Amino acid sequence: MSEKHSHVEEHRDDEASKLGMWLFIFTELLLFGGLFLVYSIFRSEYHEAFHKSSLELSVTIGAINTIALLFSSMTIAMALTAMQKNNKKLALLMIGITLFMAVIFLINKYFEWGHKFEMGLYPGSPLMPLLDRGYLLYFSLYFFMTGLHALHIIIGMILLFICLFKVKNGTINNKRYSLLENGALYWHLVDLIWIFLFPLMYLIS
Amino acid sequence: MTTETETNKYVSYLDHEGKYKGIFAWIFATDHKRIALLYLYAIAAFFFVGVTLGELMRIELIAQGETIMNAQTYNGVFTVHGVIMIFMVVIPGLSAVFGNFFLPILIGAKDVSFPKLNRLSWWIFMVGSAMAVASQFLRSGPPDTGWTFYAPYSTTTGTSVILATSAAFVLGFSSILTGLNFIVTIHRLRAPGMGFFNMPLFPWAIYATAWIQLLATPIVGITLVMLIAERLFGIGFFDPNLGGDPLLYQHLFWIYSHPAVYVMILPAMGVISEIIPTFCQRKIYGYKAIALSSLAIAGVGFLVWGHHMYTSGMSEQARWFFSLLTFIVAVPSAIKVFNWLATMYKGSIDLKPPFLYAVSFIFLFIIGGTTGLLLGSVATNIQVHDTAFVVAHFHYIIFGGMGFAFFAALHYWFPKIWGRMYDFKQATIGWGVLFVGFNLLYFPQFIIGFQGMPRRYFDYLPQFHTGQVISSVGGLILAIGLIIMVANLVKGARKGAPAPANPWGGSTLEWQIPSPPSVENFDEEPSIKKNPYDYQ
Amino acid sequence: MANNVSHITEYRVLGKVLLVLMLMTFLTITVTSFDLGAFSVTIALLIAGFKAFMVLTYFMHLKHESLLLRILVGSVFVLFALIILITFIDYAYR
Repeated sequence: MSEKHSHVEEHRDDEASKLGMWLFIFTELLLFGGLFLVYSIFRSEYHEAFHKSSLELSVTIGAINTIALLFSSMTIAMALTAMQKNNKKLALLMIGITLFMAVIFLINKYFEWGHKFEMGLYPGSPLMPLLDRGYLLYFSLYFFMTGLHALHIIIGMILLFICLFKVKNGTINNKRYSLLENGALYWHLVDLIWIFLFPLMYLIS
Repeated sequence: MTTETETNKYVSYLDHEGKYKGIFAWIFATDHKRIALLYLYAIAAFFFVGVTLGELMRIELIAQGETIMNAQTYNGVFTVHGVIMIFMVVIPGLSAVFGNFFLPILIGAKDVSFPKLNRLSWWIFMVGSAMAVASQFLRSGPPDTGWTFYAPYSTTTGTSVILATSAAFVLGFSSILTGLNFIVTIHRLRAPGMGFFNMPLFPWAIYATAWIQLLATPIVGITLVMLIAERLFGIGFFDPNLGGDPLLYQHLFWIYSHPAVYVMILPAMGVISEIIPTFCQRKIYGYKAIALSSLAIAGVGFLVWGHHMYTSGMSEQARWFFSLLTFIVAVPSAIKVFNWLATMYKGSIDLKPPFLYAVSFIFLFIIGGTTGLLLGSVATNIQVHDTAFVVAHFHYIIFGGMGFAFFAALHYWFPKIWGRMYDFKQATIGWGVLFVGFNLLYFPQFIIGFQGMPRRYFDYLPQFHTGQVISSVGGLILAIGLIIMVANLVKGARKGAPAPANPWGGSTLEWQIPSPPSVENFDEEPSIKKNPYDYQ
Repeated sequence: MANNVSHITEYRVLGKVLLVLMLMTFLTITVTSFDLGAFSVTIALLIAGFKAFMVLTYFMHLKHESLLLRILVGSVFVLFALIILITFIDYAYR
């Protein structure tokens, strides 16, 4: 009924949705912030051990992942631009590339972690408590932080998949793209976190 | 039926028939007023469980030795008493109940910005509460760590810590979403003509509170996850044997839990700032100072957490820093107290029950606040840390402060919420008994605490016996006062006289609409005044 | 309130920002491969901060958002920095 439709429309507030997503982003920043705090404390206390442990990580894979995420940040921003210019095909393509980059990231992560697991390095393994203190803390932080980050990649991907479908069926269009805008913001957050995680985990040798 | 007319026929939000029927009309409601009541009924139930647990502790402490429970049971009781009171009553309390009900109305809005998210907040709250209750009965027994879950005991004890901390995590999510909703609501849904500095002071308080809920809660969230990971995987963050630091847990925990106490008290102060002008029929003194002091308390409150840790082994410089900031954060609170008193001076005072609760709030808050200074100064803290003195301090602030403000809000906004009036005489008697009981219960604890009575102990030395007896008798009187108060309110809600739109002569927007309000609050455009406290 | 087509970030701008970000990434990797002691962390964090600033300003559109939002974002980072700093007052002097 047209009355109901206009009733819903008059309640639509895109600025509110955007502000709401930014506020949610703040909570995510502080969530990871707690872990960055723990990292900074233990890094300052076990400087040498952190330095040596990080040699176990592959800077190459880390760099590839960084570039993949940065690239995906650009493509999702381009998807939004495309949508605002009513270029549905380009928007779909860009969201698709973003998701593809995310998959590359996760595949790399799978191999990185797999390699660690093979060496006996995983949370709760019998090897971990035998490590010297700084090493244990470094790897605990490594799994915790990259794991939590990967979880957020997955959540971001789900959000973007939803955006993909809605762009396809026209629910998101050039007059109504709040969901895509906010989904993109969430994706950028995931990128933001990695921008700090990469140097702190991989580049301290 | 005839064609639609311009004026909507008034339907109280309590009677409104929507898409859902029966109980579902409530638990699937998106109306902020219904959600507020859902929170109220749940929180009231949790409060009474918490009170019962408190009374059980008082019975145990009325005599030396084991009276009704052994040490392990006592540890479980004070832990769950804290978890329930803190996470399920006092932190959500004023925001979720009165913030939900009155924030939109006070700013001239029909609802919050995200009504469905609001409903989700309540569902999450109920799930978290169920998990907290479950942790008492499932798995390996009720947690015995205290509500603070300090490592390394919490990472090694055999009790259901994981379930209880998961419950706290879920409850935190509810808090975050509520804070998010309120911030957006205040930014986006103020009626035309109502700038930030035309808002009444309760919305200001809710605004500052919402920011703390949003920013501080994630930190305890990740801390609890770290705790769980330590229990499950031995990650070593807090275990000194593995290179970790138990103090790090304390830092992380209190980085949230100190701001959390401002989540408790800021809305309470907001309520008092509404009640005092109404019952003195006078513009609030220093409106801007009170509004900005809420923001100042919220901001500075993030930087004082270490005052819970003076004796833990922190560096001297840290102790110095935190003590300084703690004294600074007391200033904006003092500003509020002075402004309330200035408002009352030469005002036309009406000693109705809401005002009685408001004035006793100020009295009890001053006692709680000044004893906080004793705790905030490092040297004196050593004497009283972890004693009954601390217990008395925070009960004066939280119960005497936030609790009495909650009762004040109940009595103030009761006619608006239920459209009925309660009996003033019984309300006054209830208040009197409550006030006497409260002080008898907690004041002796300052004294015996200062003399050395430890907190969280189920047994004690003979010299503390007299104090403990007086305290337990006070607890009994307090319980009687609570019963009188609640019985009066329940009676009033059921069969009290119908209440007019503005029984107290208030000047803020909620008194311009019928009691109870209609579903969308304002059937006509509200008239927004430049000064919200505009009395004749 | 429906979306106002207030500002659309051009593809060109987004592409340029990506180039800068990749350059910064390369720079970080290069700089940290030398042993500069405590400076390594500082430089790495500064570069990361700059990258974050670019993502926030251009990808996340903050450059064209309200002053309020920009102040809020800044405040959150300031709050976080304060918390870390204050915690270090304990650890640095123990």
